[in-house]
Amino acid sequence: MTTTVAGPAGRTGKNDPARPGPPAREQGRGRRRRGILGENPIGVLLSAPYIAFIALVFAYPIVFAVWMSFHDYFFAAPGAQVDRPFVGFENYVAVLSDPKVWQSFYNVGVFLVINVPLTVVISILLATALNRVVHAKTFFRVSYYVPYVTASVAVVAVWMFLFAKNGLINQILGPLAPNPSWLVNSALAMPTIAFFVTWKGMGFYILLYLAALQNIPKELYESVSMDGGGRVRQFFSVTVPGVRPATLLVVLLSTITGANLFTEPYLLTGGGGPNGASATPVLLIYQKGIQQGNPDVAAAIGVMLIIMVLALAAIQRKFVGGEES
Amino acid sequence: MRRALGSKVALYVVLSIGALAFLFPFYYMVIGSLQTDPDPTVAGAFPDPANISADNYVAINERINLLTGLANSGIFTMGAILGTVVFGLLAGYALAVLHWRGRGTVFALALLVQVVPFQLLMIPLYVMIARDYGLSDSYLGMIIPFFINSTAVVIFRQYFLQLPKEMFDAARIDGAGELRLLWSVALPLVRPALLTVVLLTFIGPWNEFLWPFLITKEASMQPLAVSLANFISNIAASTANPFGAMLAGAVVLAIPAVVLFLVFQRWFTSNELGSGVKG
Repeated sequence: MTTTVAGPAGRTGKNDPARPGPPAREQGRGRRRRGILGENPIGVLLSAPYIAFIALVFAYPIVFAVWMSFHDYFFAAPGAQVDRPFVGFENYVAVLSDPKVWQSFYNVGVFLVINVPLTVVISILLATALNRVVHAKTFFRVSYYVPYVTASVAVVAVWMFLFAKNGLINQILGPLAPNPSWLVNSALAMPTIAFFVTWKGMGFYILLYLAALQNIPKELYESVSMDGGGRVRQFFSVTVPGVRPATLLVVLLSTITGANLFTEPYLLTGGGGPNGASATPVLLIYQKGIQQGNPDVAAAIGVMLIIMVLALAAIQRKFVGGEES
Repeated sequence: MRRALGSKVALYVVLSIGALAFLFPFYYMVIGSLQTDPDPTVAGAFPDPANISADNYVAINERINLLTGLANSGIFTMGAILGTVVFGLLAGYALAVLHWRGRGTVFALALLVQVVPFQLLMIPLYVMIARDYGLSDSYLGMIIPFFINSTAVVIFRQYFLQLPKEMFDAARIDGAGELRLLWSVALPLVRPALLTVVLLTFIGPWNEFLWPFLITKEASMQPLAVSLANFISNIAASTANPFGAMLAGAVVLAIPAVVLFLVFQRWFTSNELGSGVKG
């Protein structure tokens, strides 16, 4: 009966002699009494709003989404009694037999192949450089995170202007400008979106790497330099392994960003065009669920996406191999 | 000596190219929003003063009400910040300082929740909030999913953990209750965390597009990000200078966030962010 579910941070009072042993619930040795809720039951009360929030806004919707994906769910007037029969894997079959869904997952793949390496390499380099300078440090740091703090909707407008058919980028490229132009070109639409998102999120990742760089002991650099290693050597044998946990985090967060992609394809490429070349799963969730009124199919896409994110996260953990700091 | 100088120059060159790449679109945004005749050529980046006017701001304000949009964004953001700060503080304090059954589980949940892509929950949340509770076109419906931010809970917990335990014990011996402790001992010491959390929470709702886009159909209830997006995707084409008007709206949407971060940039530092996301 004595369930000890206390997690890693559980309250296994070290100076509590009354804890082990069969004589159950012998209270009152310590200064304060220990109930079933632990030493400070008020903790439960203080966290209650947060716990309720997680239950209502995360746990319940996830369960609801899974339930919906196995039923014939459609929108009805509020309060109307309607029958929503169990349909087994029907929604999943509909999803898996839809080439548009496959393409959207493929598009996220294209996004990740561009976004993840670019983000990791550029943000490590810029963070390392930033960590070494003394002058104008604040200016550089601030300029890097300005895109990060600005609304996507706002910066999308500039990119549309820059990458328009006769926009500045094509003016500079002259005869090298792609035809059809960037955002209406089925081979270039998704890469352009990936560049946009990489650029926009970079500031946050640079800050993460800066934090990680603080944790690398200076002695390591000194010892490499004693052995005659130059800057490049130091970078690869001290910096890169030293920021590994941060790299794992960056890769994971980029993956989540990729899974969440909506605003950029919706606005930059007018709803995932051309011909779905830049459509993403979330865009399809929106189109199928809200626009076409098939929330059950949309929920099935969501469930598949969540499974895929978790699987990718597990794989990345294995390969990048990060012990959490 | 010569080599050291060379590497220093290279360092600044790299950083400057980077800064240019990050800042130029913003410069171009402002320039573009002020040009009466759009000039997409390279010369357009250094415009002729005769071509500069506020016409585009007037034009977009006629199509979407900028002030209403800003007010809606403000209310949405303030609601989220209020909930996040009050309840995030309570939860962070409880997780760091108090010993109670289940706190390990709650903390693990707080970390897990940050990994779940919010977008995936949008269909069930939309059904619940818009259909079942009828909260579409309301501030409450917009705010609910953003009401408490798990990252904030983790940041607060991290800060409270850094405070010396003895301080709390001393106050307890003096007979202070937990709420009293939180209010007059812990809170004054975590002010920097408070600012970080406010700044971080600000970016979310202020810049958020998808959720308020789903939940608001009435133009008078839309935050600026949503009305600007609708303008970009539906209305812009019918305007005399579509890019100019779009960029003017973009500047209005961008300015509050950018100014806030420029003013408080000292508090938006790497260490706090790192601890917040790493847990």
